[in-house]
Order: sequence, then structure tokens, then C-alpha cells
Amino acid sequence: MNIDLSQFLAVFYEESFEGLAVMEHGLLTLPEGPADREGVDAIFRAAHSIKGGAGTFGLGAVTEYTHRAETLLDEIRAGRRPVTSAAREALLQATDVLAQMLRALQQGEPVDEAAISASAARLDLLLREGDAVPVPVHPDGPSRTDAELGGSSGNDDNVWQVRFQPHAHFFRTGNEPLRLLRELAQLGECRVETLVASVPPLSTLVADDCHLGFSIKLAGTAPETDIRAVFDWVESDCDLDLTRGRDATPGLLPLATAEAGEIAASAVTAEADVPVSASSGTSVPPADGAPVASQVPAPREPRSANRPADAQAQSIRVGIDKVDALINLVGELVITQSMLSRFGEHFDPSMLEALQDGLAQLGRNTRELQETVLKIRMLPISVCFSRFPRLVHDLSARLGKQVELKLSGEQTELDKTVLENIGDPLVHLVRNCLDHGLESPERRLAIGKPATGTLSMQAWHEGGAIVIEVADDGGGLNRERIHARAVERGLVAAGEILTEQAIDDIIFLPGFSTAETLSDVSGRGVGMDVVRRNIQSLGGQIEVKSRSGQGTTFTIRLPLTLAILDGQLVEVAGQVFVVPLVSIVESLQIEPRALSRVSGAAEVYRLREDYIPTLRLREAFGLAAGAVEPVRRLIVVVEVEGARVGLVVDDLLSQQQVVIKSLESNYRQVPGVSGATILGDGSVALILDVNALVRSGGGLGRVSAGTGVAA
Amino acid sequence: MASILAVDDSASIRQMVAFTLRGAGFDVIEATDGQAALEIARKQSVNLVLTDVNMPGMDGISLIRELRKLPAYKFTPLLMLTTESGSDKKAEGKSAGATGWLVKPFNPEQLVATIRKVIN
Amino acid sequence: MNSVLPEYEAHTGQALLARNGQYLTFILAGEEYGVDILRVQEIKGWDRATPIPHTPAHLLGVINLRGTIVPIMDLRLRFGLSPVDYGPTTVVVVLKVGTATRERTMGFVVDAVSDVHDIGGDLLRPAPDFGPAVDLRFVRGLASVEEKMVILLDIDGLVGRDLDELPAALQ
Repeated sequence: MNIDLSQFLAVFYEESFEGLAVMEHGLLTLPEGPADREGVDAIFRAAHSIKGGAGTFGLGAVTEYTHRAETLLDEIRAGRRPVTSAAREALLQATDVLAQMLRALQQGEPVDEAAISASAARLDLLLREGDAVPVPVHPDGPSRTDAELGGSSGNDDNVWQVRFQPHAHFFRTGNEPLRLLRELAQLGECRVETLVASVPPLSTLVADDCHLGFSIKLAGTAPETDIRAVFDWVESDCDLDLTRGRDATPGLLPLATAEAGEIAASAVTAEADVPVSASSGTSVPPADGAPVASQVPAPREPRSANRPADAQAQSIRVGIDKVDALINLVGELVITQSMLSRFGEHFDPSMLEALQDGLAQLGRNTRELQETVLKIRMLPISVCFSRFPRLVHDLSARLGKQVELKLSGEQTELDKTVLENIGDPLVHLVRNCLDHGLESPERRLAIGKPATGTLSMQAWHEGGAIVIEVADDGGGLNRERIHARAVERGLVAAGEILTEQAIDDIIFLPGFSTAETLSDVSGRGVGMDVVRRNIQSLGGQIEVKSRSGQGTTFTIRLPLTLAILDGQLVEVAGQVFVVPLVSIVESLQIEPRALSRVSGAAEVYRLREDYIPTLRLREAFGLAAGAVEPVRRLIVVVEVEGARVGLVVDDLLSQQQVVIKSLESNYRQVPGVSGATILGDGSVALILDVNALVRSGGGLGRVSAGTGVAA
Repeated sequence: MASILAVDDSASIRQMVAFTLRGAGFDVIEATDGQAALEIARKQSVNLVLTDVNMPGMDGISLIRELRKLPAYKFTPLLMLTTESGSDKKAEGKSAGATGWLVKPFNPEQLVATIRKVIN
Repeated sequence: MNSVLPEYEAHTGQALLARNGQYLTFILAGEEYGVDILRVQEIKGWDRATPIPHTPAHLLGVINLRGTIVPIMDLRLRFGLSPVDYGPTTVVVVLKVGTATRERTMGFVVDAVSDVHDIGGDLLRPAPDFGPAVDLRFVRGLASVEEKMVILLDIDGLVGRDLDELPAALQ
């Protein structure tokens, strides 16, 4: 048999990572002291499954490592050891090490041997100390040891005398004496004698009891371990005597050592009278030795199951309800299609109304299908939130702070891609809140706050967006320090008076960092500007609100999906572009007198009380050459993070939902363009990257700080 | 065709078992825990049950105990998947009525050889 | 010749020379060029492409190929040959192109599709110096087929250089 186990590896990795999440969550919520049975059970099961799967799929290092954690958990589960913080921390570390091992194996990368052996040593130390009974690494039941002790062979005896007396309940274990006899016959030539002494008279015979015994002479030099292995399952269900001795009746048995493949299993049939079929309800297969013999497992090359899964196939788990909804919609679509196909066969004008109805129905079906398909990619944010209890646990311990993490809205769904990319920015925000936001317990007590600070993470849907809020009840942003630092870094002019909000927004400017002592938690340099850029690249926005002494709240607003956007189609030099509707503030006809040039190159447009920089898409995209000057021009005012730019276009076309297509997959990134879409006529239109355009159009940093003053 | 009820909460192991046994010509029904398996077993009879021991909800040993109480499963081979460290589990399983066990980790060949030993 | 050969071999490997393969050939300014037929996704008529800003003239833009955005390159312009108007025989050969960063699907505008040839490794010869018109780096070798010369293109090398290695020049 040649079964490629690697096909199950993807599932194994996926469920192992889920199992690790269960372990981590369980460990974080496990109270110290005597084990909470149910909680430990779940953690143990997760470890046990990973170990079992790893063994089956040939990941020996994982099995060996996980065995330690499993043993520790087993002892806790059995009540032989309490939950201590040392055990919990070691096990938490073990989940990390395991995650790293599995990820490395999955990607075909080397594992971190140092981390593994350090963690293994830590677990071993725990296993050795304490009151727990040491658990040997490879206990295999007493049978083997016994057998090995008694299994001396190599003398000149040539026959095993086996007496096998099944107990009365034997059949009710699902076992079959005939099967055991057949297996025995594979070890050497057998001569079976049925012992009928204990068969009761018919009147008292219980049909499903086993009354027969067997006396078997097994020729050859099969070791005792092999013979006992045949009876391994039924050790406690029978009496078994094994004696080694020269056959008393030479001549009856050919003494040639029989090879397993050619045993005369017919000896069993010929001599063993096994009256089981009627009473046991188990069908007795024809005792033809050949197929049995052919099933001897061939020695097998260990499969290299830890071969990297090429191009790690991404998968997504979809609730059955979503699949059902899709199937229903496709069903409706098929009905609509068959209805419409009628019109193709012959059409007369009287059917026009019916055709229009049909097309409207098709439109509805298509829209619903699109919405439902998009929902398949939607996952609850708990997938992302789940990492925070651990993160907060570890960080607060390291920083000497007491923190309670409150999560809410975990079931709020968002697109898988958005979900995967929001994790890092959120981690950064949480680290910042813990490091810079929340005060030490002493300080909190001194100012009349509870010693334990609160960090809350919430998510909810609002319109077509998901809002994620990260809030702490710490000291709030230190505006004086931020302002001073901004002046020092030349981000703000020394004499400039800024609003509170404008000062708070400075933290998002590139290269700004306030931490006076750079800690290893928030790190150096990777500042809030990176967080903001990441969120913007997902089409989202971030805001900060801070109240001195009361805390800081970061609010992130993200599109639910990256697959579709509401777009405004605009025309520039005969070409159609899509402007994301979400970033458009207003569109207006250009008043030529409102346009003016400052300091030579940069052009600004006077929009009521403000001057906003303009960006002529014709020039910016190099489309001017040869194109006729348009009759009228319009200005589309777009805004990103408070910075506005007027995009000069030739015409405004319709607004529509567009499906975002990658330009990068077959081409490459294009500055100022975030992707492409296919219009109703089949042609391609480019989608503008408004963030990049605004950044290039006005110098985002300066403008946002400046407009903050004016506001 | 002999039918086998394969019970495991781990999708990868269950898929491997099912795939292997189907490849060997058996009809395989899958269940993710003891409770689900018991419900299936009540509705239809199978020729062999292969169950993991550690599962959420009803574990494998409870499943074996419950199955043995059903008249249709009085003599049916009930095998459990256990780890090498599970010698007490083996005894526990036996007293619940298990026919035998298959020690994890196992490979497809061992799996099929064991199953064919019991049903053919 | 001597200076070309080592680089050529380093680039393509001796194995390619020995390989038998089928090649789709097409015409560019009277010359016949070949690409591995296994790379050919489809051959379609010329259709207007949506231009992409900040790209050199030989990148004509992108088209919608059954829902996928596919860039189109004019090989005449790419090789610095004189441009011609697109006519009824102007075709786009859609190829799978593998470079260091990814596998792309791209269309290449050629004058006309010519033929399919079996070209055995023994018919292949390293390319001589063509002069400045055709960049030797993107020529795998030459083959004589039925008295004609076919220039086998290294399309991966060409696209890799244009799209992966030279970002600054194109921005």
C-alpha cells in the first residue's frame, strides 16, 4: 500500500495550531492550586492530539517534545500535582515552542533546537521535582518486559506447546479464537487440537459463551514475544500456557522452519474444529491461509512526512450555513438562467416585459450570490483577539503592571485578509498602552485609581466598516512632552500653538517616539506612523482620543472586505479611473479664479476658507501628451487623516461597486494605483491609491499638523 | 463491503484512517466524538468500530462501554487507538469491552493489517 | 563568441541545449522567434489595453483576460524595432512567465504567429552577436528549421529584468 501521508499534513497543522490556541487559552485561565478537571482535560486532549498526530505523520521531534508537556498535564489531570505558576509558565512556553516547531516544519525551515532543548529541560526539571510519581518515557505495559525476560531462545528445542483456554465471555469482547489461531499459524506450522472437556450438556449450554479450548503445537523457532503478541489483546480474557519442548510425536510434523508466507494454515482448518459461527454472530471467513499470509505488513521505509508542504495552501473553514446559503442561491440562479434561455430560442416584442423581469431577477441573484460568496471570507475577529490574553499576561508580568484585559465583540466578522493584517498593528497598540499608557500599581494607588488597570478591546460593525477600539484607563498622552519632542524634532514650529487633538495626532508622524526610556516592549523607532501606514494600506483609518489622567483610546475603522469597494468613476484624458468613494469629501466644478500657484510649482485651490493642494491627474499620470484640453474640469476633494487634496479630473461618471482585482499578481505595484477593476463593458479601469496620492500631493505630515491648528 | 465506524476528534487522523480504509475497500463512516458515534451506531450496524480514546464529550472508553450494551454490538470488534503510554488505558478499555487496540503512532499499512486481522 | 558562451551556459544550462521541445514561432520585423509551446496559454487578436501610468512605451497596458488583469508588452518596441500599426494579423501571444518573484501571465504583441516546430537540442546553437538590435541576454539560442533561422527567446529573463530588477527605472 502506498499512501502519501503528506496529504493529511495540512489538516494536521491546521488542527494543531487550533489545539495550541486551546492550550494557551486554557493555561491562561487555569487557576492555580488543585487542578480544575475540566479545564485541564481540554488542555491535555489538545497536547495529546498533537502528539498522536505528529507520531502518525512522522514528525518524531514533535512527538518526543510534546510527550513531556503531555506527561506534566496528565499528572495535573490525575491530581498528582497541583497547578503551579511554574508549571503554567513552562507549559505556556511549551505552546510557543511547539508553535514554532510546527511552523518551521510546515515551511520546511529548521527548528530552533536551542529553544526546544531549553524548554524540554525546563519541563524535565518540573517532571522530576515535586511529589509526582515519575513517569517513564516509554512504558509499554508489563507484558513486553515479562516476555523479554522469559523469551530466551536459541536452544535446540523446536516446538512450542501452547495451551489456549478462552474465558466464557471471550466472544463478547469481539474477539475470535479462529483469528488468533490463524495468526499463530503465521509464526510456524501449527497443529491444533480442540479441547472440548468443558463444553456443557446442550440443556445448560449458553450459546454465546465460549466453551472450547485449544492445544496447539507450533513448530519452528518463533520467539515467545511474537507468540504472546498474538494474544496481546486477550491476555485478560483467556488462560495461556506456553511451554517449549521437543515434540513428543516426531514424524507428525515436518520440522523445517516454515516461512510466514508459506505456512500451511490449512492445518488449522483441517484439525481445528471451531464451532463458533452459529453462536457468535461473527461470520467466520473461509480459513484459506493465502490471503492472511499475504497481509503480513512489508517492512516499510519511514516516510519523510516532514517534507515541506510546498506553497502552503491556504484554507478557510466555512460554516455549513454559509455553504447552504450559496447552494440555495446557485439553485435560484439556475432557475433564472433556464427562464432567460427561453428568450434566446424565439423572441417577439410581447415578451419584452418578461425579459426585463428576468434580467432584474438575474441582477438580484448575482448581487446576492456576490454578497454570500464574500461572506465566506468573513471570519470573527476572535481569531485575532485570541492572542491578546497571552500577550497581556506576559507583558504585564515583564513590566510589573497589573492589567485586566476586557474583550468584547469577538464575534464581529471581517474579511480574512483584513483580519490577517490587522494583528500586528493591534499588537503594537496594545504594547503601547501597556508600556506607556497604564501606570504602575504603586502610581495608580497613589492617585486614587485601583491598582489593576483596564485594557479593553472592542469590535463592532458600523455601516460598511468594522470599528476596533483599543482603550486603556491610564494616564493619557503626555501632551507637553509630545509637543516638546515635536518641536525638538522639527515636526512643529517652536512658536506654533496647537489644539490638544493636533498634539495627540503628532504621535502618528513618521519618526516620532516619546518613550523616554526605550523599553524592549514598545521598542525603538517602530512607531505609530507604521501602525497608521499599515492600517491605511488596508483602506482604514486610525484616530486617537486621550484624556489626561483618564486614559487613551485608539479607534480603528476598516473596510469589511478588500474584495469590493464603492467607487466614483472619473474620466481623465479619455481614460476611466476609480476613486474610492469613502475618501471623497466633495466634488465640484472648478472655479478658475480659485486656482493659484504658490512658490512656483505647487498649485492650490481655494475651497471656501481653506487652501488645498491640487493634483492634476493628467500630469501626474503622464496622460497629457496629445490629449485635448477638456471642456470643463472638476475637482474631486479627497481626504485622508485630515489631509485634503483636490484631484483635478475631466469628468465625473457613475458611482458603482467595483470588484478589486490585483494588478500586482501579473504585473507589479504601480505608484498611485492600488489595483484595477473590470467595468461593465469588459474594459479595465485603474483604482486610485488615494493615500499615496494625498501623501505625494501635499506632504501629509505638515499638512495634517497645520490643518489641526486651523481647525 | 464491511463497514467501519471511525471515531476521532482529530480531523487529520480521522481523514487518514478513513482514506486508508476506503482505499483498502472498506466502507467508512466518520464520527468526531463518542456521542456522535453512538448515535450513528444506534441507527445502523457496522462491522467494526475504531475509536480514539481521548475525545471531548464522550471519550472512547465510555463509547465502548455504551456500545457493548447494545444487542447489535455484543460481538462486534471494537478497537481503540491508544498511545504507547496508555497501558492503563488498555486495561480500562478491555474492562469496558474493547476487543483490542492499535497503538499510536501507526502507519496505514499497520492500520489495514490490524483491521484485516479482525474483519476480512 | 567566447565572451557570450559562458554567460549563455550559466543562464540556460547545458540541459536546455540537449532538450527536445516544441516551439511556437512568431514573426517580428521579418525575423522568426520561438517560445516554448508549453508556456503558451492562448493566442488572441489585438484589443485595446488600458494604459498604466509611469511605464515605458513597450508596456501597452493591461487587458481583462476572463476576469484576470493581464499586462501586454509590445515585443517590437521592447527590442527597439520600428513600430508598426496594429493590423488584422497583429496578435497577442499570452504566455506563462516565471521569474524570481512570481509566475505571471502576460500578453506579447507580435506581428503574426508563424508555426509550431519540433526543435531538437542538436539543432540549437548559441546565439552569435546580433548587434545592438536584439539583446543577447534574452536569446536562448538559434535553431535552423527548414532552411530558416529561428531565434529562441528567454522570455523569463526578459520579464524578470524588466519587472523585477529595474523598479527604479520604471517609476
